[in-house]
Amino acid sequence: MPSLKELSKKKELLSGGQRLCAGCGASIIVRQILMAAEDPLVISCATGCLEVATTIYPFSAWRIPFIHCAFENSASTLSGAEAAYRSLKRQGKIDRTIKFIAFGGDGGTYDIGLQALSGVLERGHNLLYVCYDNGAYMNTGIQRSSATPQGAATTTSPVGKAIPEGKQRPRKDLTQIVVAHDSPYVAQANPAYYNDLIKKVQKALNTEGPTFINILSPCPRGWRYESSQSIQIAKLATLTGFWPLYEVENGKYRITYRPKKRRPFREWLESQGRFKHLLSEKNKGIVERLEREVEEKENKLLALAGETPSSA
Amino acid sequence: MGKIVGLTGDETAAEAMRQINPDVLAAYPITPQTEIVQNFSQFVANGVVSTEMIRVESEHSAMSACIGAAASGARAMTATSANGLALMWEICYIAASYRLPIVMPLVNRALSGPINIHCDHSDSMGARDSGWIQLYSENCQEIYDNLIQAIRIAEDKEVLLPVMVTLDGFIISHAMERVEILEDEKVTEFIGEYKNPYSLLDVDNPVTWGPLDLYDYYFEHKRQQIEAIEKAGEVIQRVGKEFKEISGRSYELMENYRLEGADLVIVAAGSTAGTVKAVVNQLREEGVKAGLLKIRAFRPFPVREVSQALKNAKAVAILDRSVSFGAEGGPIFLEIRSALFEEAKRVPVVNYIYGLGGRDIGIDEIKAVYKNLERIAQTKKIEKLVGYLGLRE
Amino acid sequence: MKEKGWKEIPLGGLILEAGNAEKYATGGWRTYRPVRDEKKCNDCLLCWVYCPDSSIIVEEAKIKGFDYEHCKGCGICSAQCPKDAIEMVEETKFVLQEKGEQ
Repeated sequence: MPSLKELSKKKELLSGGQRLCAGCGASIIVRQILMAAEDPLVISCATGCLEVATTIYPFSAWRIPFIHCAFENSASTLSGAEAAYRSLKRQGKIDRTIKFIAFGGDGGTYDIGLQALSGVLERGHNLLYVCYDNGAYMNTGIQRSSATPQGAATTTSPVGKAIPEGKQRPRKDLTQIVVAHDSPYVAQANPAYYNDLIKKVQKALNTEGPTFINILSPCPRGWRYESSQSIQIAKLATLTGFWPLYEVENGKYRITYRPKKRRPFREWLESQGRFKHLLSEKNKGIVERLEREVEEKENKLLALAGETPSSA
Repeated sequence: MGKIVGLTGDETAAEAMRQINPDVLAAYPITPQTEIVQNFSQFVANGVVSTEMIRVESEHSAMSACIGAAASGARAMTATSANGLALMWEICYIAASYRLPIVMPLVNRALSGPINIHCDHSDSMGARDSGWIQLYSENCQEIYDNLIQAIRIAEDKEVLLPVMVTLDGFIISHAMERVEILEDEKVTEFIGEYKNPYSLLDVDNPVTWGPLDLYDYYFEHKRQQIEAIEKAGEVIQRVGKEFKEISGRSYELMENYRLEGADLVIVAAGSTAGTVKAVVNQLREEGVKAGLLKIRAFRPFPVREVSQALKNAKAVAILDRSVSFGAEGGPIFLEIRSALFEEAKRVPVVNYIYGLGGRDIGIDEIKAVYKNLERIAQTKKIEKLVGYLGLRE
Repeated sequence: MKEKGWKEIPLGGLILEAGNAEKYATGGWRTYRPVRDEKKCNDCLLCWVYCPDSSIIVEEAKIKGFDYEHCKGCGICSAQCPKDAIEMVEETKFVLQEKGEQ
């Protein structure tokens, strides 16, 4: 991977003046992805925070070709562009090498755009799909999605007397769903580990076929923490086992960063207001259950990667 | 000249698409459109087209992929019917507002529910406000001719709008007719190259498609769309004239069939127009001054041409193959009644809803409509403004 | 910016000037302003790689300062700086200072 010094000499492809919240993880992710790319890019983006805030007419923060169509079709819209590229290239009407990246939030990817994503993966389009996963419908005001972690309070999974734990169901493991499509390259990344993220993006862009990276996107507003803490909290997600960093290359699992000793899951919960209610005495059982589940998931992943489980 | 062949409506559409040879075709199968995509798939398998075909997992993705392709400077097509159109609804509006000249045969089929696979116009009529140009076809020949002209109309730089070419499900889509096919080269030359000044693939001149457009500019963008679809009227006529030069067949926004001196006029769109023509011929022989106004372009709606054609009639019946629930009459009726409002002389106009879910309409029913028009012309009285043809009480 | 009429704007909602969002100032969102101590800074560029607003100005791999037109004052740069070289200073101080200068 090129050093930051080298990367900093490249042209900045996302301008300032976009209107994401202060401390938003989405634009950190986008910037890191754009600095990773070596070829010209064409971008599509699902409706959501990233799209809305970067392209408020008549302003666009994108210094590269960009299309937004709707909420559920970032993947299928870009598949049309990629097919056009193949068609025009085959006909000798275009000779440049161009790479394609589709962005979607967790709502636009785990939920409403899952079918379009699945179609693109199955059809084998040569594109990279990036989900920036902030774990709720943040753009519309923090409603729960199928990516919302169990126990998180959102505006549609609020904490109340009858439901003291917030979101009652565990989150969907989208990365595994993509792996089940036998995509040549699937990974989970985290902008706090920019080195790892950039390497994964370069790998994905240099892989023939549909590739996918699920990237944790810290959200000060929705997760309820102070904006300067985005990177620390993102780091904590990986250190506590909530967001393991791994890749699956042609079916082969590899953990790309494994903390020497996993930090207590409780630290992750304590870092954000959306989990505050879980720390009360009466929710102790829920926290214990969540801790158990994180450990089980970790062990499952370690087994898939052929690594030895953590000593309990 | 080209050749004369026997083809079904779906086969005709596929044949026109083979000659158009789009850069990208994204489609999902739905009855009664299936033969179009099946035939086209065979063309792809045989290597006779240079199209990149995307076998999408839904119509929603079909239209989305067409948008991505057309925004990348590719000529993009799809085809669908009924529920398929309903699923791509959201994206149809986006295609029109992004000014992407996507062309789509729509095999008219009743919208669910209950589910039905046969013809009516509820699908295309429901999409009438989506910003698409709509051309209705009476028979296989018109499907062919309309599709080829649609490319030119859609891509005209004064227009840049998507076009749907409709054909009646099963009645036309699965009926074999005599069709004159032009030589491939003639079609290639007629449609020319698709050149969008802005393309996603023009990485040296990056543009942003589909921004968030709020109260400060959205209205202006809609006004541009209004201008474009209004201009489309002239372009449809111009392309129709040019098409005559290569085919011998001329096209207008609508077809006046024996309207000279006609007192009793039926207005219809799609295959029913053919049946009405047969009745008109019969009645004319009997001395009845019957005529037909066939709607070809429903969007843009040729208001002035229609009122001009109907203003001297003594009674007019509009046949609608769809319902606008809660409105007084079907969509074509509402347009025509509104168009006639500007005429000094009031023309009596009635509406018949017919053929829903594929219910057949025959010579006798159409004769009955002319009989009723005769009565209205004589008595100047309309007993029933909106009636139903072929419905059991 | 004067709003244009429908005949004056590109068709289809297209934005032809890529990256023109830089003309939109988001600096006014700040309540705290990042201020760098050049002596402490070792140009590690972590602030640059973590900045959500493309607001760390870097030339020849050296940090030149902040783009205060666009920096929203999130404080990530300050929190991530391993040398503690970036301090978040309340904007009001600068406002008062500027007023004093006038």
